[in-house]
Amino acid sequence: MTALPIPPGAAHDERSFWTTATTIKSWLVTTDHKRIGILYFVATTSMLFLGGIFAIIIRLEHLTPGPTIVSAETYNRLFTLHGVIMVWLYMIPSIPAGFGNFLVPLQIGATEVAFPRLNLASFYVYVIGAAVVIGSLFAGGVDTGWTFYAPYSARTPATVLPTLIGIFIVGCSTILGGINFIVTIHTMRLRGLGWMRMPLFTWTIYATSIIQILATPVLGIALTVIGLDHTFDWGLFDPARGGDPVLFQHLFWFYSHPAVYIMILPAMGVVSEVIPTFAHKNPYSYRAIVYSTLGIAFVGFLTWGHHMFVAGISRFDAAAFGLLSMLVAIFSAIKVFTWVGTLFRGSIELAVPLLYVFSFFFLFTFGGMTGVAVATMSLDVHWHDTYFVVAHFHFIMVGATFTAFLSAIHYWFPKVTGRLYARKPALVGWALVTLGFLVTFTPQFLLGNGGMPRRYYDDPVGFSVLHVISTMGSWLLTLGMFVVLGVIVHGVARGAKAGPNPWHSRSFEWRTASPPPKRNFVGPIDFNIGAYAYDVADEP
Amino acid sequence: MSADSDHFESVAQRAQAVRLALGVFLASETLLFTAILALVVGYRATWPEAFAFGVHHNTKVLGSINTVVLLTSSTSLAVALEMLRTGRRRVATALTLFTAACGVAFLAIKITEYEHHFAEGIYPGGRGAFFVAHPIAGLPAFWTLYFLATGFHGVHVLAGVGAVGYRAIRMPDATEIHRFEATALYWHFVDLVWLFLWPLFYLA
Amino acid sequence: MIVLPDLARHALGLPVEATPTAASVDSLHAAVITTTLVGTACVAAVTFVFVLRYRRTREAPAATPRIVASGFREWLTASAVLALFVGFWAVGYVQYTSIERPPSGTLVVYVTAKQWMWQFTYADGRSSEDVLVVRAGTPFELVMTSRDVIHSFFVPSFRIKQDTIPGRWVTLYVDAAAPGSYPIYCAEFCGVAHSHMLGEVRVLDEADYAVWEREATHDGYAARGREVAASHGCLSCHALDGQKRAGPSFAGLYGSRVPLDDGRVVIADEAYLTHSIVDPLADRVAGYPAMMPSYHGQLSAEETGALLELIRSLRDTLPTQGRVP
Repeated sequence: MTALPIPPGAAHDERSFWTTATTIKSWLVTTDHKRIGILYFVATTSMLFLGGIFAIIIRLEHLTPGPTIVSAETYNRLFTLHGVIMVWLYMIPSIPAGFGNFLVPLQIGATEVAFPRLNLASFYVYVIGAAVVIGSLFAGGVDTGWTFYAPYSARTPATVLPTLIGIFIVGCSTILGGINFIVTIHTMRLRGLGWMRMPLFTWTIYATSIIQILATPVLGIALTVIGLDHTFDWGLFDPARGGDPVLFQHLFWFYSHPAVYIMILPAMGVVSEVIPTFAHKNPYSYRAIVYSTLGIAFVGFLTWGHHMFVAGISRFDAAAFGLLSMLVAIFSAIKVFTWVGTLFRGSIELAVPLLYVFSFFFLFTFGGMTGVAVATMSLDVHWHDTYFVVAHFHFIMVGATFTAFLSAIHYWFPKVTGRLYARKPALVGWALVTLGFLVTFTPQFLLGNGGMPRRYYDDPVGFSVLHVISTMGSWLLTLGMFVVLGVIVHGVARGAKAGPNPWHSRSFEWRTASPPPKRNFVGPIDFNIGAYAYDVADEP
Repeated sequence: MSADSDHFESVAQRAQAVRLALGVFLASETLLFTAILALVVGYRATWPEAFAFGVHHNTKVLGSINTVVLLTSSTSLAVALEMLRTGRRRVATALTLFTAACGVAFLAIKITEYEHHFAEGIYPGGRGAFFVAHPIAGLPAFWTLYFLATGFHGVHVLAGVGAVGYRAIRMPDATEIHRFEATALYWHFVDLVWLFLWPLFYLA
Repeated sequence: MIVLPDLARHALGLPVEATPTAASVDSLHAAVITTTLVGTACVAAVTFVFVLRYRRTREAPAATPRIVASGFREWLTASAVLALFVGFWAVGYVQYTSIERPPSGTLVVYVTAKQWMWQFTYADGRSSEDVLVVRAGTPFELVMTSRDVIHSFFVPSFRIKQDTIPGRWVTLYVDAAAPGSYPIYCAEFCGVAHSHMLGEVRVLDEADYAVWEREATHDGYAARGREVAASHGCLSCHALDGQKRAGPSFAGLYGSRVPLDDGRVVIADEAYLTHSIVDPLADRVAGYPAMMPSYHGQLSAEETGALLELIRSLRDTLPTQGRVP
């Protein structure tokens, strides 16, 4: 009988990675993927709160139809920077660079990522890019919307270049991180771990990384041209010089549609881990989830034109993009059925992470189906650029991804900190966040149905009541977020000690101490007992 | 295995990782240039006359010399790799330096071309006397895209010169040959991109 | 077709259905939203039932059965759901294309969007700002462009929207509307006063429209087009009566099939005509010399629209086959 493999580089030092070195310098120059993950987590979560502040102000402005607390110029900059910060500084990096960095080596039996120093460099590139974006606020801020449509973005009196440079730099960080994950997952799986035995969260990080490295360069070019057009009057999208503004949209959305899958796939990975653990049950179909993940990543590159149904594209193009959009939705539907099926004949424990996942089910299904609705061309003619679309993407980005992010925090809390959070306040946080989200965004579907356009500073007559309800919802959501923050801080400081595996999960990251030692594992790992082997009596 | 790579179980695994990393990076770069080419192809389809006119007025001779320079440099680097594999380090170093020199030559010729364009009154954004003399719809787009594409390519050549030059100074030994392979692969990629730009901007 | 009861329309926040197209779109909307609600409810219900039924109790089992979905069941479910979505797509496609194709004899209005107002120019030459006047029950066609940045012409009550793009003309067909006043919004962010770029579609019944028409004082937009053609030298090469000169005659040109010098045949529509004004050597008509200069940057949107209207007004003029009039 061959000996069980030991991860290369595993040491006998069992001290937690938190305590092996405690100076600030040891954190700033760390090459430990777990510390880098935590650094990313702190940075991206700070960006979440910054973007959230802008959202609060935006919603406050809509308390009355006319001017309320800011001018039109400021409002236009607020919604632009809300989008830029939330998309590029929070949503895209958060789960992959935060949780992905921490967990992927643990989930594949490795002691590090393939290129630890590149990993650290990627973090600093992110920080520099984020700093440039935030700095651009002080330069006056951009007012074009996060989509930077030409020709307005080439002509706006606002300063565009600093923000574009910041986004470009953050994009480089994304690509470097993506390369690291792809190589890590390909080359550093411990012997005995085939692709189809890998934890599902790692699969989603893999698919997300592929999208990142392929799509982000296209954004780089699109934004570079806008920067050149605006700063040096290159006129590449200026009709007077032969430019075609619609071509910008093609380039931009070729990136930005796959980008939304960068934002949802890791969240789906979290769901795929939380359900088997708390239902104590194998996934209803591991293959279905893997193939759907890859399907989303691939087909997601073919649907960008559904953002352009009224932009002046041909009938044929519109039809093709519409049909492909229906196809990509099927993969998500398969995942939802598989997740619900996993509950069948399980042994379900209503832990807080699972409650967040139930919120995810409801909000993602509803939000996803409104995606099918806006992909229906004649309906999109009415809904495009109205609050219906705003509601749709917030249902997915906040209702689904952010909810999964909160689930991930609660689920891996003991793994990272070695402690447990307090359950009752966490339940309150969950309830407030879910309810607050619903009150904020459900009225926005109705606003959109009524024809309320997005990016409007002044509200036309007849939309006030729904706006006021939505704004009140935003306060509830904010309250919930602060409760969750309190739960985390309290848990870190004073939470009860957790054992290595308080949830009795079979997944591989739980087969080492909580928190893990610096080199992740101190002994061999037996991958013969799979990550979802709940039909086995005891956890390994 | 040194402390900074003991997370690999063997040198072979590390070599595989480096090669894969470069492959993934080049996939990413391919999309970068595909985006630029999409703009070029898109505008070419809309303004065929303007593009034909622009191509006709481009510095064909210098551009073609540059093609030869890059092809030569890729050849010398490929031979250098083979020399390294068979242990002839001195020859490998010389050929690698020659490759870097070719890169410098490419950039020098490119700058000469730009000077020529400026002298003719061709600037990005359709500014300059050339456009006043030839008010053809879409002509500014041709030239602006030319500067965009060759500009991005030029930056990549510059980075390549740095990488190749660094390789020449720190020639890896037989166990680390994958580092050289990675640099060579990058340089060949930069060459390949030029083989797309050259016909689009200088030929038909 | 599902007719949406008023109560449902109010509950969903939808505005009035001022055209037959709006009513069709709302039917599809009803089907899609019902499916969404039912689907979400099913997922929620099944989850709820499973959570209750399989709740972890104190005598927690050490292991659960290993259950894997049958591939056949998965394929079946996925195919059924895909079929449903493709059904939505198909109906949506038919409705989407119907708003592009105006029947012949449609009233035309030229729309120019600019920061931050709408300008409407009618076939009779008059123009109005921000208020679009049309006759109830008559379909009309909007021929639209923008003077500066991308705007978007949006009438919620008609369920129509189309981006207006600088440097291009796009068309939108609006079928018979009921009398009333309907808001127009700009739906593409265009700067600081984007939310103030409001307008109104005033649909007048026969009598009121006749009154409005009689108030027209201009000779017509086509006459304006003739002025523009004369002052820019178009008429020296393009006759209005069918005579073949250095360039093809405008008579009978609009909407006709035009053979090009490279062998292709195209329809002389707005896109072809405006492109030819700007890049005349691109799609040259067969049998004519390559000598038309480009008017790129020399004509305003209003002048180009006037030229288009001139060419349109001559579409039923039979060419005189070379006879001198």
